[in-house]
Amino acid sequence: MPRRDDLTTIMVIGSGPIVIGQACEFDYSGTQACQVLREEGYRVVLVNSNPATIMTDPATADVTYVEPLDAEVIEDILERERPDALLPTLGGQTALNLTMQLVERGVLERLGVEVIGARPEAIATAENRELFKAAMADIGLAVPESGFAHDVAEAVVIAERIGWPIIVRPSYILGGAGTGIAHGFEEFRRLAAEGLAASPIGEILVEKSIAGWKEYELEVMRDRADNCVIICSIENVDPMGVHTGDSITVAPAQTLSDVEYQAMRDDAFAVLRRVGVETGGSNVQFAVNPTTGERLVIEMNPRVSRSSALASKATGFPIAKIAARLAVGYSLDEIRNDITKVTPASFEPVIDYVVTKIPRWAFEKLPGASSTLGTRMQSVGEVMAIGRNFAESLQKAVRSLEQGRAGFALGRDEEFATLSDEALMARCVTATPERLFALHSALLRGVTVEELARQTRIDPWFLAQMDEIVSVERNLLEGIDLAGLDRRAWLAIKRLGFTDTQIAHLCDAEAADVTAWRRRAGANTVFKTVDTCAAEFEATTPYHYSTYDDTSEVVTSSRDRVIILGSGPNRIGQGIEFDYCCVHASYALSAMGYETVMVNCNPETVSTDYSTSDRLYFEPLTPEDVAAVIEAEQEACRDGARVAGVIVSLGGQTPLKLSHSLDPAIILGTPVASIDAAEDRERWSAICQRLGLRQPPGDVALTLDGARAVVSRIGYPVLVRPSYVLGGRAMEIVYDDESLARVMNNLTSVHGALAREGGVSATRPILIDSFLEDAIEVDVDAIRDATGDLYIAGVMEHVEEAGVHSGDSACALPPQTLSAPVLAALDDYTARIANELGVVGLINVQYAVKDEEVFVLEANPRASRTVPFVAKATGVSVAQVAVRVMLGETLGQLRASGDVPATTPQPGYVSVKEAVLPFSRFPDVDTVLGPEMRSTGEVMGVGESFGIAFAKAQLAAGTGLPDTGQVFLSLADRDKDHGLDLARQLSELGFTLAATVGTAGFLRAHGVKVATLVGKVGLADLGVDAVSLIASGDVQLVVNTPSGKGAHADGAQIRHASIVHGVPCLTTLNAGLAAAKGIADTRARGWRVASLQDLHR
Amino acid sequence: MLTRPPATLVLADGTAFDGYAAGFLPEGGLTMGEFVFNTSLAGYQEIITDPSYAGQVITFTYPHIGNYGVTPLDDEAARPWCRGVVVRDLSPVASNWRSVGELEDYLIAHEVPAIVGLDTRRLTRHLRAHGALPGAFGHGAFDDVAAAAARATGTDNTDYVSSVSTSTRYSRGEGQRHVVAYDFGIKTTMVDQLAARFRVTVVPAATTAAEVLEMAPDGVMLSNGPGDPAALSGLVEQISQLIGVVPIFGICLGHQLLGVALGGRTFKLPFGHHGGNHPVKDLATGRIEITAQNHNYALAADSLERVHVSHVNLNDGVIEGIASPSTRCFSVQYHPEAGPGPHDARYLFDRFAALMEND
Repeated sequence: MPRRDDLTTIMVIGSGPIVIGQACEFDYSGTQACQVLREEGYRVVLVNSNPATIMTDPATADVTYVEPLDAEVIEDILERERPDALLPTLGGQTALNLTMQLVERGVLERLGVEVIGARPEAIATAENRELFKAAMADIGLAVPESGFAHDVAEAVVIAERIGWPIIVRPSYILGGAGTGIAHGFEEFRRLAAEGLAASPIGEILVEKSIAGWKEYELEVMRDRADNCVIICSIENVDPMGVHTGDSITVAPAQTLSDVEYQAMRDDAFAVLRRVGVETGGSNVQFAVNPTTGERLVIEMNPRVSRSSALASKATGFPIAKIAARLAVGYSLDEIRNDITKVTPASFEPVIDYVVTKIPRWAFEKLPGASSTLGTRMQSVGEVMAIGRNFAESLQKAVRSLEQGRAGFALGRDEEFATLSDEALMARCVTATPERLFALHSALLRGVTVEELARQTRIDPWFLAQMDEIVSVERNLLEGIDLAGLDRRAWLAIKRLGFTDTQIAHLCDAEAADVTAWRRRAGANTVFKTVDTCAAEFEATTPYHYSTYDDTSEVVTSSRDRVIILGSGPNRIGQGIEFDYCCVHASYALSAMGYETVMVNCNPETVSTDYSTSDRLYFEPLTPEDVAAVIEAEQEACRDGARVAGVIVSLGGQTPLKLSHSLDPAIILGTPVASIDAAEDRERWSAICQRLGLRQPPGDVALTLDGARAVVSRIGYPVLVRPSYVLGGRAMEIVYDDESLARVMNNLTSVHGALAREGGVSATRPILIDSFLEDAIEVDVDAIRDATGDLYIAGVMEHVEEAGVHSGDSACALPPQTLSAPVLAALDDYTARIANELGVVGLINVQYAVKDEEVFVLEANPRASRTVPFVAKATGVSVAQVAVRVMLGETLGQLRASGDVPATTPQPGYVSVKEAVLPFSRFPDVDTVLGPEMRSTGEVMGVGESFGIAFAKAQLAAGTGLPDTGQVFLSLADRDKDHGLDLARQLSELGFTLAATVGTAGFLRAHGVKVATLVGKVGLADLGVDAVSLIASGDVQLVVNTPSGKGAHADGAQIRHASIVHGVPCLTTLNAGLAAAKGIADTRARGWRVASLQDLHR
Repeated sequence: MLTRPPATLVLADGTAFDGYAAGFLPEGGLTMGEFVFNTSLAGYQEIITDPSYAGQVITFTYPHIGNYGVTPLDDEAARPWCRGVVVRDLSPVASNWRSVGELEDYLIAHEVPAIVGLDTRRLTRHLRAHGALPGAFGHGAFDDVAAAAARATGTDNTDYVSSVSTSTRYSRGEGQRHVVAYDFGIKTTMVDQLAARFRVTVVPAATTAAEVLEMAPDGVMLSNGPGDPAALSGLVEQISQLIGVVPIFGICLGHQLLGVALGGRTFKLPFGHHGGNHPVKDLATGRIEITAQNHNYALAADSLERVHVSHVNLNDGVIEGIASPSTRCFSVQYHPEAGPGPHDARYLFDRFAALMEND
């Protein structure tokens, strides 16, 4: 079945901002799809609101719309572009849901757009649990006993029939939002109500819980000729009951006999055929009763998914790429296997290694959220590790997490050492991010595999593997003559995944000695290849992982190469933006003629697509692992070729931290010493002083008394933060003595916020700076070359005032309110700082502007989070320019070649970046924005005015602004003056106002009409209760600005209610003012969609 | 690992690997055979008990073997016929509700030596590059192992069928149709698949065509089996007498023998096909089946004049199936019965039934 020639233009829908449950994996799949479809000669129209993606690079698709993923907006784009087909299966749940909305509105039918990949009926069958259940009954497959409910009463009737425990799952949701397990009626009623609210169709599945069963997933592909293949089987270490996105998972399945596996495979094909997925990739999840083998179908996704990205990286079989080809008519046997080049894609990959995925959570940034894992996904990222056995891959995965653990086995663990046996077992039984380490402590304490398996329901096979690691750990702890070990003995240790650092820690030796002894014995790191076929055929794609075996497979070459260190797992504060930069580095270096070498351990990303760089090392980003890669690359140089350098400044903090373990001569771009100077408070202050730049006054303190002394000099409010942390970790704004005491006690106590991060010390003091109230925060991204020439890439004015973390703040490019002298000062200061630091490459400087005066807040001589946004907003490939400069080209040359404009573009449109926050996942977390970053992703809105761009960005972020209705204002005293402006503007726009007593009194005193008076939460004496008001649906927008942190119970409840009921809630006055402008501009001018290619023209 | 006796593996070309002896420890610490690799991720017990591996040492490319234990339900024969197994990480525990014991105990009980803890990927790549090689392994002195490797022989021109075939007839199944199945090394799953549809009589390889015809079969099954078809001209002679008289279905060795009986010629593949992921295209329908395979020899394409090719391997173009409609014979090189492996091709047993219906 050849390529379909009846199609010319195909629309691809992306997945929007990074949120929990939908992350970089859809940039990976979407980018592959766009590339493949263009290779096949189709015109590709892409829609995605996320500017930090590779897929939204103007070069990835023919036409790129960075517009909100909203049915009306897509309809506009469809009208303009008139594609022949829409491919919805590569943009996650978002793309599927949008497609279904377009189908329901009749848009696709009216415009003659064919849905390819999965038919709407198939999507409906897979996504609607009632239809799915019926479909499974048709083909004789069992699903867990259940029923659907549309209100709580109906749910209770079903619950009475099924019996406890019961799991509640809302229909049409992603990542399990609103899902939970109930053991009794009270809990059940609450979960049912939440689930009904979370489901866009107000429906929940009430289902018998099968917690404790084994969980499996099969990745399936099907083509138009009905050929079906399994790409990968995945087994969860955590049994049923923990969302698969929050589970430690392993590929391939380890504890299924072939008899069971083949039966499951037959079932998976039957599911695909019955649901009607015609082409592409899907996954089918199964639960298996560990004592009887009984098998139930849990769910299927008729699209590529997080698991398919993992499966692609785990096997080398690019599911999304193949899915895109299948969607345009090819059959599997007509597609070549990328890796072998000689065999077809119609096969089932086999592997000769083990892959382990461990999720990464961010509970430390979400105070109030319980870290117990369940059926609602809470992780923000994941790592994958490849080893020749499970033990090796597990230990590699643990160190890939970058959470201070050099492996699974580290000897006595203070967190668990003091627990009683019962308390430790409880930590093993309850799934949390730390459970794996509780298991380690239990095994080290001598708890048997059988006992742990019985209590935790984790398969004994996995526990026995962990126990093997622990038995070697015990030997090492007891003392071993490392210097006397022979090769066999070293291999026995190293093959279980122990690093030299870990061995040194356990044996109280020096890591360098351990390495020397090991090498002397002849036990060396080797690199094997991921080849889809367990070495049956020769692989042409150098996709490597390290292990301890006889021979290495890295092929020598005679070209200079550059090694790019990636950014590791997604976390809050370090996500896709940095992967974007690393991928661009690879593109730029390739164009310059270098061989590119990527090192990363995040399976979701484009950087770990083996086709992005010449060689991919899927390895943990630790000094030891990276050193082994560098050495392997040096050894693979022939004919005078060399490792031209290592790029550490594009992947966020992860590679920067590694730079200290590298030879400074090998690091490209800005010297590490300069990066350190900018991080070190004293040296940085000295630089500012030398350059005559103003900083907010401040000092360091180790204790509460010290902090009080600082405050007595500089006055309140102050910004209090630990040093050497990322994403504003544990940072707070403090307005009074009481809060200062609370914050300092929390930071300095042994059980406080920094307990796991090394606490406070003279080298890691608490920083206390004067906080500039009502200042405008500005971000500047710039590139400096080795000759001192500077290119200002972008100046971004934040919407929220200084004090809200820049990653959580909306910002506009170009700046909207800054005067010409201020802008000139920003350029000048940036140039002076870059010169002083000797920057070669990117630098980001953050400023606060107050009363026309510019204060320098901080400088980061490396890629910042805003690089992709600036690139999309200005049409300049900022990251690539930076890399060329790092390799020695000058901005002058790049201007001459047209890669850099003569002057910074002054676009005739406004781009607004807005942060997307994960609060709907964590209903107990306060949504007030502050200095600690908590957003998981970002969107971009583009418009002819700031208001329109802001309104688009809000819609894209999932909190579309209302056009009519009631706005509820609840303002802190210091916001009331400006709040009056906001209230007047909203009234003029025709909104009625509701306000809390204090706010209402102030507004009424200034002649603004307040329709609804809102009383204290729970007290009906002065007016309607705030929470009931929000729950009633009579409020379309909430503006709640808190006056500080602590006992602001009402504010917190208002914000919580807004999250639960899906009412947009703005927590800063500036955002409120921006929203009013957005509503006004939208009404006055309407929206137009525009492609990046048009905007940049 | 360190508690096991150190062992070495040496191939006939002198290539050596360090490992540890596991499973059955033979006296003298020496095991010889032809080394092949199998890429299946699961199904080790079925593979170890597949009689087609007689004379061979099986290298498992998947590192963890033994994870889910063993069960008599998964035996493909009464005992393993392979010479030994090569495993990187032999599981210390068996974890599965079906399991009745651990693989290592099973290997010991059935006197199957193993070598573990070696770089199996290096071995696999070596076999890929140099073809299946004779060799030796064991915990004996290195010089002894190396000497054994030098004198070890492959499977060429050797008849292994007579040693693995049943000595007595037996019957299974209760279908309307009667199938006589030649046991050249027949797998239990193949008998099961036949018995699910037919009354089947399994007969020794030495059974003559006349004896088969006396049993008035509606169809004859030519089973899988070990070794070089070129060493089995006696069987070809008997099969020739059945062609055109009764519908015939051949699998693996049975396919090769049928092909030879129909005028074809066999040749040895460099390292064979051993695994459960080989794509095969049914040329009549265009459908692709993922197949289980275990063979070192194949029919040469240019030798087939009286039959047409019905199936081909999409990886390397090897002939995977032939058919001779005029004489009501067909055969496939791969294993439609599975066990282990995918069930995609089990329809072929129904095709066999249909062939008999048209009788």
